[in-house]
Amino acid sequence: MTAQFMQGNTACAEGALVAGCRFFAGYPITPSSEIAEILSYRLPALGGKFIQMEDEIASLAAVIGASVGGMKAMTATSGPGFSLMQENIGYAAMTEIPCVIVNVQRTGPSTGLPTSPAQGDVMQARWGTHGDHPIIVLSPSSVMETFHLTVTAFNFSEKYRTPVILLMDEVVAHMREKVELPPREQVEVVDRVQTNVPPEWYFPYEETASDVPPLVSFGQGFRYHITGLFHDQRGFPTERLDEIQPWLKRVFAKIHNNLGDILMYEEESIPGARTVVLSYGATARSARHAVRLARARRHKVGFFKPLTIWPFPEEAVERLAHTAKRIVVPEMNLGQLALEVERVAGRHKVRRVNRADGELVTPQQILEAIEG
Amino acid sequence: MSTKLREEHEVYDYLRHSKKFPVMWCAGCGIGIVLGAIIRAIDRMGLDRDRVAMVSGIGCTGRMPVYVDFNTMHTTHGRALAFATGLKLARPDMYVLVVMGDGDALAIGGNHFIHAARRNMDLTAIVVNNNIYGMTGGQYSPTTPQHMRATTAPYGNIEPPFPLCELAKAAGASFVARSTVYHAKELDRLIEQAIARRGFSVVEAVSYCHTTYGRLNRLGTAVDMMRWLKENSVTLAQAEKMSPEERETKIVRGVLLDREGPGYVDLYEEIIRQARAAENG
Repeated sequence: MTAQFMQGNTACAEGALVAGCRFFAGYPITPSSEIAEILSYRLPALGGKFIQMEDEIASLAAVIGASVGGMKAMTATSGPGFSLMQENIGYAAMTEIPCVIVNVQRTGPSTGLPTSPAQGDVMQARWGTHGDHPIIVLSPSSVMETFHLTVTAFNFSEKYRTPVILLMDEVVAHMREKVELPPREQVEVVDRVQTNVPPEWYFPYEETASDVPPLVSFGQGFRYHITGLFHDQRGFPTERLDEIQPWLKRVFAKIHNNLGDILMYEEESIPGARTVVLSYGATARSARHAVRLARARRHKVGFFKPLTIWPFPEEAVERLAHTAKRIVVPEMNLGQLALEVERVAGRHKVRRVNRADGELVTPQQILEAIEG
Repeated sequence: MSTKLREEHEVYDYLRHSKKFPVMWCAGCGIGIVLGAIIRAIDRMGLDRDRVAMVSGIGCTGRMPVYVDFNTMHTTHGRALAFATGLKLARPDMYVLVVMGDGDALAIGGNHFIHAARRNMDLTAIVVNNNIYGMTGGQYSPTTPQHMRATTAPYGNIEPPFPLCELAKAAGASFVARSTVYHAKELDRLIEQAIARRGFSVVEAVSYCHTTYGRLNRLGTAVDMMRWLKENSVTLAQAEKMSPEERETKIVRGVLLDREGPGYVDLYEEIIRQARAAENG
């Protein structure tokens, strides 16, 4: 274990490699491009593949194709590219193909501010694609955390057969920090569940005790069908009500029955706190600092940082709402995750601190909200 | 006809019988003929079906994979080539066939089509060209001939059509061929050659849509449209004897391009070898 000076995007690429990622398809976009650059250099020696596709739609399509071929696969993009990927994110959710999508957010809408940070894609990450499906979204606030959450994103995607979104922001992506990456063998790596039944018994979408059916790759002798249409347990298109509803229930259940595993958050000074600052990503750094400043001034303030943004850590926030008088939610947008906090805690308990002009929310702004 | 007779047919063995029949295509449609041609080509080549993948996009042709016992994937509209690109890179040992309609391949998927050709990605693209969007109800497509009618071209189509094969050749494909669903046996042979050729291979299977395009343009029944394909197509050898004006009005059948050249899959394997050698060196 040696200390290194590393950028967030580099930590993301390193995390992906440690997690077993062997395929990257992407289209260059600031501020995510370093991830593609590093992986284009690193993957071949590991027997992995890199391809720069013609656009972001094709990139995620290739990622899903590679995953069906048995490779752990990812893409990385920023807001405009993420918008283009939405249809195929839905496809991956519908077909339950593991993949990781990194979105290094920048200020938008549209081309926006290409090299300025934002957290404006929180709701798009959850609701960007059409139709009903669950999603897992993780958000790191440091370089070290980026490494770990990238590994976790791959592990969740394999374990739950679902697309996982790593929602970064430009500050974390381009910031350099000292990190100590753990030795490869100390990192827990999860692979998709394989089947032990013969091909004629294999149902790629069967109901299982864990709600996650085993996934075999193309070319392994199982010859099954994958479709974005509603499908039966064998993967064939169906319009039968008694097959559609169970599928929907199962894909929601596989996430919601495992919240204990999926929901990750950090708490600091919560017991006795009258005010809790809830923040994620780069903003959480300002928030934590503000909380510490406020506590030095003898304010009863706690800090809560969700690492899992979606599914939203509802019960934990409900507990905060019971014990604290107020929840302050600073974000680099005009109030997106605050909507979720308000849904759980009630509108009157939440104070928003927002900016969406390409600048970080400062500790001073948060401190004012705590004291105000 | 007895069941026994049907079972003796080479195609029978490749179909997914248990749930997927009858097919969802209109009676008289040409897509089934293309599917038959693909199966006969694979059967003749003796390919291990575990190593055959069929990837499609959306539309009438997009429904083809569900009926056949290969590794099959029905993806999003226009993106089949991009999905297939990822699959092929993950599994270079597999034969990846991509089946698309004209709208799927050339409108929404036009960008992927030219780039798959430019990369010379080792895929076999089979485009069933019926000059129309059939499944969505007969709207004009990038190959609808000028002046013909469609549900979104009630006054006649004013857009010139994409010459699919010329586009594939210009963009960098290795193999380009064309035939029609009337010439089913010729189609099998062309598909066989396309699968055998490394690099990006394109087969245009000229078909028809009697349900929408035929009706809107008063072209008669499926049989009439089939007869039209027979009477208005010529082999490459026949075309060479024609004047350019005369050739213009015909569908030219045969192998239009066949060239060898390195493609992305092989070139990338070389990069892996070099990177590993450097690592170990």
